[in-house]
Amino acid sequence: MLLEKIRMGLSKTREKIHEAFLSTGIFFDKDFESSIPVFEEILLSSDVGVKATNEIIARLKERRKEHEKREDVIPLLSQILINLLISSEKKEEEIIHPYTILTVGVNGTGKTTTLAKLAKHFKDKGEHVLLVAADTYRAAGVEQLYLWGRNIGVDILKSQIGQDPASIAFDAIESAFTKEYTVVLIDTAGRLHTKKNLMEELKKMKNVLSKKREDLPQEIFLILDATTGQNALSQAKIFKDVLDVTGTILTKIDGTAKGGIVFAISLELGIPIRYIGIGEDVDDLIEFEPDTFVASLLEGVVLQ
Amino acid sequence: MFENITARLSEIFKSLRRKGKLSKKDIENGLKDIRLALLEADVNYKVVKEFIARLEKSATGERVLKSFTPGETLLRVVFEELRDFLSSKEKIEIKTDGRPGVVMLIGLQGSGKTTTAVKVAHFLRKRGRKSLLVPCDLKRPAAAEQLKIMAEKGEFPFYEIKEETIEKIGLASVEYAKKEGLSPVILDTAGRLHIDDAMIEELVHLKKLLSPKEILLVLDSMTGQDAVNIGLEFQKKVDFDGIVLTKMDGDARGGAAFSLRYVTKRPIKLIGTGEKSDDLEFFHADRMASRILGMGDLSTLVERATEVIEKEEAEEAAKKFKEDRFTLEDFRKQIKILQKLGPLEKVVGMIPGMKSLSKVDVNGDAIKRIESIINSMTVFERNNPKIIDGSRRKRIAAGSGTTVSEVNRLLKDFEVMKRMMKQFSKGNIGFSPSSFPFPQK
Repeated sequence: MLLEKIRMGLSKTREKIHEAFLSTGIFFDKDFESSIPVFEEILLSSDVGVKATNEIIARLKERRKEHEKREDVIPLLSQILINLLISSEKKEEEIIHPYTILTVGVNGTGKTTTLAKLAKHFKDKGEHVLLVAADTYRAAGVEQLYLWGRNIGVDILKSQIGQDPASIAFDAIESAFTKEYTVVLIDTAGRLHTKKNLMEELKKMKNVLSKKREDLPQEIFLILDATTGQNALSQAKIFKDVLDVTGTILTKIDGTAKGGIVFAISLELGIPIRYIGIGEDVDDLIEFEPDTFVASLLEGVVLQ
Repeated sequence: MFENITARLSEIFKSLRRKGKLSKKDIENGLKDIRLALLEADVNYKVVKEFIARLEKSATGERVLKSFTPGETLLRVVFEELRDFLSSKEKIEIKTDGRPGVVMLIGLQGSGKTTTAVKVAHFLRKRGRKSLLVPCDLKRPAAAEQLKIMAEKGEFPFYEIKEETIEKIGLASVEYAKKEGLSPVILDTAGRLHIDDAMIEELVHLKKLLSPKEILLVLDSMTGQDAVNIGLEFQKKVDFDGIVLTKMDGDARGGAAFSLRYVTKRPIKLIGTGEKSDDLEFFHADRMASRILGMGDLSTLVERATEVIEKEEAEEAAKKFKEDRFTLEDFRKQIKILQKLGPLEKVVGMIPGMKSLSKVDVNGDAIKRIESIINSMTVFERNNPKIIDGSRRKRIAAGSGTTVSEVNRLLKDFEVMKRMMKQFSKGNIGFSPSSFPFPQK
């Protein structure tokens, strides 16, 4: 079921790669060197970026000697890609209540929608969820989350336009303790990572939570748009520096964008990818699995 | 990351500049790095390939090889080609003719359509048009609400929807605009994927129904390789008249703009540069070209500087530097001017090469502290900093809520700056045009 969903989401990517492989003589051993540009093209045009692409190609060249047969090349590539992602993999941990998650990111990556999806995810698991609208900056940001919450059937802590986000976080965590919510999901306003004062504001929110109890918030998820190119790396780097994000969620993977930047993020920053958003429906969020992700990416190729 | 590429490119540019003559190998190496820079800037892989192939021709031409400064000429060639591809021949305008005119914004989710709609209304108001903002988004929760709040904040006419379908909203809003004497109608459509056929069909239908004179594709400047697919699909299925690039106040190099322009041939018309409703500007190809190549955006800075700095003031300051009469009082005035240019982070980002100096702390707070230190001095002290002794320093620190060491540092920095500026104004330090990166003519 899950695999099917990702497959559907990634089918465009697969077709493309399939085509690329079929149109070349990549499967012939003697052409290995000349097939390097094909690998390069696949990776670069998936937003993997120059540095990560070079690294992947280097690993491929290095390990190729162990794999003499031509049909081994694709499984080898997929193994390298999977290893890259696994090295930073992190599974959903045992939940210590109140399990508190902050979603952060630049404008328009899908924070609010993703948070609604997370609310559904945890509600389905039987958790008592509180949704917190701390995006008091964007007009109707609070309203948007409110409507989602009502649809899903979870409680929402509403805030006032212009209310200080840190004070909202404080209210949220207070009411989580008194009303015994088991999961607290906090939406924040989108902000460019280059705006120092807005980044400081997030830090303040985080501090308010950890003052209440040291392990809070357990998760800070950076929401990344799969359509984004190399700038995602810059975003991840700064958000990590300022907030020590615990994972990323890759959204909009149902388009034609490949989200290849996750390889660079794994490689350079070691931030794990935790979930991926694969559609507009509230159920369209799945836990990230490196094998499935890479398998779906290279599936058509492997079958050859 | 970007900074490294920028730094490396400047390194290569520098070494090329030093050379009197370029070999074919030099040019090849230069182009290799330009290729990497373009890829890192998110220009589409295939577009880069074609573009580099073109460059190879012009780069090995006589103009470069026979030039006295071949390195510089090579860079000039790259910059010019990039700029020419980015610029459109026709004058950039937003077509609002018709009774009422109709402007339609389309694009992916999260590209910034709603914010852009309000910005376009603001942009047109400055040009004497009274736009009607219409939410054509029944899909995203509270989308209409968002536009309404923003419209009210900026006092723009807003169409309150009562209809249940997009077509009905479109038709009714046009009627309403006619009655109220508003034009154009700005349609803020729902974000959609370019491969979502049902949703795309909705746009096609709306277009047929209202025949907008201006359809703008709104694209996030951070978009990666996929910009090409997005652009081509929207063009094929709906078609558009121009492109708006959003979130240009971030640090994305914006190569997607080049990809999009290259494959669709549609002009990039406007850029969004902030969250306020007047943060929308005309697109400038030369600025974008230098941004993609990581050369900063000096011309925007110069333009903004000339907007806020009185010419006489600037000349006065220069004269004072030259005659060594520049005082802390003048310095305070300069800080005020600097602040008028906008947030310091933004200003510094426009200075070529400055982005790579990530270690330099450019937060506005530091400037505010400097200002308050100077404010705590008497006018006499400001004009005669030499008399500021230990006890005066203590007083100034206490008065400004800073420390004596901060006051010390400021006075020391001021002396250094004065000396440097004196050299500059006498022309002793080479500030020749060639020490500036492009663009310049």
